[in-house]
Amino acid sequence: MSNKHAIIEKNSILMVVLILIVVSIGGLVQIVPLFFLKSTIEKVEGMRPYTPLELSGRNIYIREGCYLCHSQMIRALRDEVERYGHYSLAAESMYDHPFQWGSKRTGPDLARLGNKYSDEWHVQHLINPRDVVPASVMPGYSFLAKTKLDYSNIGNHLKTNATVGVPYSEAMIKNAKKDLESQANPDGDDSDTDALEERYGPDSSFKTKVVYRDFDGNAKMISEMDALISYLQMLGTLVDFTKFNEKATIR
Amino acid sequence: MENTSTMTLEKMIMSLFLVVATLLTAYAGLNALDNIFGVSMFIMATAFALGVAAIVTGKFEDTDTEYYNYSVVKAGVIASVIWGIVGFTAGDYIAWELAFPALNLDLQWTSFGRLRPLHTSAVIFAFGGNVLISTSFYVVQRTSRARLIGSVTPWFVFWGYNLFIVLAALGYVFGVTQSKEYAEPEWYVDIWLTIVWVMYLVVFLGTLMKRKEPHIYVANWFYLAFIITVAMLHIVNNAAVPVSFFGSKSYIAWSGVQDAMIQWWYGHNAVGFFLTAGFLAIMYYFVPKRAGRPVYSYRLSIIHFWSVIFIYIWAGPHHLHYTALPDWTQTLGMAFSIMLWMPSWGGMINGLMTLSGAWDKLRTDPVIRMLVVSVAFYGMSTFEGPLMAIKAVNSLSHYTDWTIGHVHSGALGWNGFVSFGALYCMVPWLWGKKEVYSLALVSMHFWIATIGILLYITSMWVSGIMQGLMWRAYDNLGFLEYSFIETVEAMHPFYVIRAIGGLMFLIGALIMAYNLWMTVKVGEEATETSMQPAIAPVAAE
Repeated sequence: MSNKHAIIEKNSILMVVLILIVVSIGGLVQIVPLFFLKSTIEKVEGMRPYTPLELSGRNIYIREGCYLCHSQMIRALRDEVERYGHYSLAAESMYDHPFQWGSKRTGPDLARLGNKYSDEWHVQHLINPRDVVPASVMPGYSFLAKTKLDYSNIGNHLKTNATVGVPYSEAMIKNAKKDLESQANPDGDDSDTDALEERYGPDSSFKTKVVYRDFDGNAKMISEMDALISYLQMLGTLVDFTKFNEKATIR
Repeated sequence: MENTSTMTLEKMIMSLFLVVATLLTAYAGLNALDNIFGVSMFIMATAFALGVAAIVTGKFEDTDTEYYNYSVVKAGVIASVIWGIVGFTAGDYIAWELAFPALNLDLQWTSFGRLRPLHTSAVIFAFGGNVLISTSFYVVQRTSRARLIGSVTPWFVFWGYNLFIVLAALGYVFGVTQSKEYAEPEWYVDIWLTIVWVMYLVVFLGTLMKRKEPHIYVANWFYLAFIITVAMLHIVNNAAVPVSFFGSKSYIAWSGVQDAMIQWWYGHNAVGFFLTAGFLAIMYYFVPKRAGRPVYSYRLSIIHFWSVIFIYIWAGPHHLHYTALPDWTQTLGMAFSIMLWMPSWGGMINGLMTLSGAWDKLRTDPVIRMLVVSVAFYGMSTFEGPLMAIKAVNSLSHYTDWTIGHVHSGALGWNGFVSFGALYCMVPWLWGKKEVYSLALVSMHFWIATIGILLYITSMWVSGIMQGLMWRAYDNLGFLEYSFIETVEAMHPFYVIRAIGGLMFLIGALIMAYNLWMTVKVGEEATETSMQPAIAPVAAE
């Protein structure tokens, strides 16, 4: 063996080529089929792309590094399902660029956080977590309520998502700003929640739900708090589990 | 020696590239849609312009009279020490934040979520990366008996890489992140790193190709695998579409389950190739060199090398057990993770047994002690890793501090100690000194850091296993026994112990920085004969 190996040891280019082959195999076998095997992502009802407001909220979630302490992936284990709800499906993150499954639970899993707490609770908790959970070690995010949400470029954000495969329609991209305002400030003068529902709600091709209200309780301004809470309140609420056939998706 | 005339072809191409890059980044900066992107572009433009000025004014002339290019290696050594201290400090600070949340200061720039990527990138990429670049430039020259190719290009790699770190760090603090762990920098930083990395490969491979030794020494195999594989991982995992070419935000090309798989294929092999293959190269050069013994087994080196790089790349899915990743992928990941134990321990044995006939040095030479203990930690964490990759164990350990403890037994014990050992060897060699300023201080560093690591990993074992057990505990009526917040409260004392352990590790590094500084300043000059021998270490047949 040693003698034959000398051939490689004496030829740097040959060594480069062989290394490249050897380190490519594992990734090719594990990653490529995930794009082609239909069973990878379950068939479900209710999944839709994020509304512009939720997408902005998600970007704040990413910006603040929430994923470093909170997972969004309920494993198929008894205690997790009892603590957090139905185990997470691949379909539930199919529009997530990037995914937010996380790797650490310094705080609890958030995959099904939506509708568990009131908006007021979220506002209080984000401003000072220890006001509502005395033993919490989470940082406070009081600046979110004071910071105006910058959504000047939101249409391009949807467009970019469409480029990487999220089914945003032309109308969704064109009306992104308006939809964002309607969702965060449904009582506003220019608000058109019917149009929002038509694009993202029960009347849309996704046949799912979209909630609109003043999430942070401050109607004067669309804040980063509005966006983040709208995202947190929809987490895990889209898929209709009454129509989900577990047996059909054993992989 | 190289052409010493003012303008070589290399300098012309490099100047031209830097001029174009200056203009591009300045233009992007002027049109920037967000502040951080603008500031980043101006930092880049300034750095590139300075680079052109340095080339034109002859700052990169080959005034080095040495046969080898040591000046770029020296710069890498200095950067390693500085970044190490920055990274350890950031890590310890966020450890205290978890124990006492008031330390987050309720400011966006100092919250755990923003500083944690700063810590991980500072220790892995800034400290570890500079150690790898400087040792690889040293080792490839010595074992090839050839000077680094080019006069500007090695400096381009050094400054370009450190520019990448500054841009990444700036982004983290101000909230510019892709949220992919250990690959947080946004698209413009990723593109810059790709360019730097390709030039790194060019310098390393180019130097290897003009070697005067017929064989490529084993350490260089590992460096080569590290450079090539990291390039592959980096490009695939960071594939993204920017919202605008004048703004920092982008969306990753992959989504959901595929993105998760690609991320942990990247993430686990950042460990496998950045923190393992690269640092094994350090082991294969510095352990035999310091011990004055040849590598234990040449055959084992060959088996170790090919099996470790082949198997490692499969292990990623063990980060996704019981998740929505298909079972077949999880099972493959688990199987290969368990197999990985064998080559890992083969490598450990090869490193440890290199001391055959020189075990007495463990008593007399604290640098050897540091290197040997690093290999022992490598063995321990590569045993723990496959154990945690078993699905049944992972169901308990995943999402808990056990993972954090595991990572740090590898990072502090293996990567940290093998780097410190290499630095203690290299500084006297590079600056022509007989020995480090004080071996007593090396010993002090060793003990204080070792106790720090033990506090760290034992507290995380307890906290992690406790948390995992509390999450799944049921009372006798069949209800979950603990609310989530009760598990958080239970971890407090262990967070304090961990932060103390981290502080001790940091103090050790400060002692090292002082010791190395004094070595350069007042260390006894080496005589011709006491300089390390010019012959490359040869593997035993």
